[in-house]
Amino acid sequence: MNMMTGVSPWERLIRPDRVHGSLYTDPEIFEAELKNIWYRTWVYVGHESEVPNANDYVVKSIGPQSVIMTRDEQGKVNLLLNRCSHRGNQVCSFERGNARSFTCPFHSWTFANDGRLVGYAFPDGYEGQDKAQLALGRVTRIESYRGFVFGSFAADGPTLKEHLGGAAETIDRLVRTSPEGEVEITAGFLKHRVKANWKFILENECDGYHPAFVHTSIFGVADSMIGKLYGGASTALTRDYGNGHTEIDLRPEFRKRAAPMSWFGTSEERLPDYTARMKAAYGDTAAREIMIDGTPHVMIFPNLFIAEIQMFVIQPLGVDDSVQHVTALQFKGAPDLNRRLRQQTMGSVGPAGFLLADDSEMYERCHRGVLARNPEWIFLGRGEKRQRQDELGFTVGHVTDEVPSRGIWTHYRKLMEPA
Amino acid sequence: MLSRESSATLMSAITAFLYREARLQDEHQYEAWEQLWTDDGVYWVPANGADIDPERQMSIIYDNRSRIALRVRQLMTGKHFTQTPQSNLRRLISNIELMDEQPDDGDIAVASNSLIFESSLRDDTLWAARNEYRLRHVDGELRMASKKVILVNNDKAIYTLSFLV
Repeated sequence: MNMMTGVSPWERLIRPDRVHGSLYTDPEIFEAELKNIWYRTWVYVGHESEVPNANDYVVKSIGPQSVIMTRDEQGKVNLLLNRCSHRGNQVCSFERGNARSFTCPFHSWTFANDGRLVGYAFPDGYEGQDKAQLALGRVTRIESYRGFVFGSFAADGPTLKEHLGGAAETIDRLVRTSPEGEVEITAGFLKHRVKANWKFILENECDGYHPAFVHTSIFGVADSMIGKLYGGASTALTRDYGNGHTEIDLRPEFRKRAAPMSWFGTSEERLPDYTARMKAAYGDTAAREIMIDGTPHVMIFPNLFIAEIQMFVIQPLGVDDSVQHVTALQFKGAPDLNRRLRQQTMGSVGPAGFLLADDSEMYERCHRGVLARNPEWIFLGRGEKRQRQDELGFTVGHVTDEVPSRGIWTHYRKLMEPA
Repeated sequence: MLSRESSATLMSAITAFLYREARLQDEHQYEAWEQLWTDDGVYWVPANGADIDPERQMSIIYDNRSRIALRVRQLMTGKHFTQTPQSNLRRLISNIELMDEQPDDGDIAVASNSLIFESSLRDDTLWAARNEYRLRHVDGELRMASKKVILVNNDKAIYTLSFLV
């Protein structure tokens, strides 16, 4: 709060239809984001299917912090901080594996995969020490939703279900694409670094205004149906679920086509095994609806982007340094679909992807662009006059409108303003 | 087993081929580069190590011949913004070796190392890789039936790789 004006700095920087360019480039604001967003709110960390067996582990992150996601011998998933409780050395240097314990190479302190300190070298020097006081640090709260594991460093606050709010339904929709109702994250991640602020990525994920221009080179040469979804005549919607979660809802277009699997540019005939399993699992009518509607295009604030066929995890490392971790979504019980999902994902995303190479170019050019300070603002007013409420009360707009960006910034301001 | 003399002739042809490929890539001569491929060519840039199964795990590039053509066509549009303007590139190719183990089908297994300096709008970037080829004589000319580019840092987060590597 500015004592002279009574106006909080965030109110000055974040207006209903515009935000200040410094929000993307100011190192102090980035540090404040780590504290107020990344180290407080629910952040997606990993998926339960990445640690299927007892003692499996995989190294993940929350912002710049390294987090080990383990499944302990009891089958429980843990989020441990990769930092020895002795002198701070990283206890795990491999990206994944199976281990009952982690031994720090520095002084041989050993931690069970549930975080307990189980031993240190030459213990006679620690007479009377309570080992329970020297466990590995943990992400304070951990919850999962349909296999998606989230962590929060805040001891108190909304539950994961409260945080997801209306966007939880998009994950329900996603898992129904599997005849067994489960997503599996098994295809490994591409890691695509960009020299740009993480919020350019966050806002672009549900920006339906850019595809016709940024992706014109690939739409022009590939036989892609994507372009039309984002045209002026499209009936697809942008949606603000609140809590920063945003969606591009392509179902109105897919329902017009009324052709199962058209959302993925294919057909029931080309996926006979998948189609049979879906009908057996859900019945003919519901299976047909699921296969017409397709998977969601949803950005779960602040870092989980489900993009129909793939999943991105956004990691901020610095004010102008971000990583997009991306992998093909895989659906349990759908091997023929999964193979195509991997092929399409490899073509379109990652450092050499037909789509993401150009998106990432825009992130980097935007970041360099906003270093110029006039005009001071990023203008986000598109569709403000024509946005409306849907039947559930969420704000929706035309697919090319900036409903998602406005939703993100509204939530961002709430998190950044001191309570 | 090749005689010493024919081996030297073959090495010389292979070396000329690899240098030519490098120059076409550096100078963005996309169509000429595409013509170096056989009809069944596979262009593979694995992620997360050298020995992943590309049919199961994500690769940075895993193009069959039609996807190689699509990649070239996208570059040719002039609207592939990550390469508009094009990166300035120069690469060194070295350590060219005929592999001890040669395939039975007559293809030639060759490997090299490359060091690529890229100057783009973002910054200057240094790329290093092991390149494993299967070359084939087609109508008296060498062609690439497969090229596998193992980036030294392919297990880390890397910047956009939109030039021909």
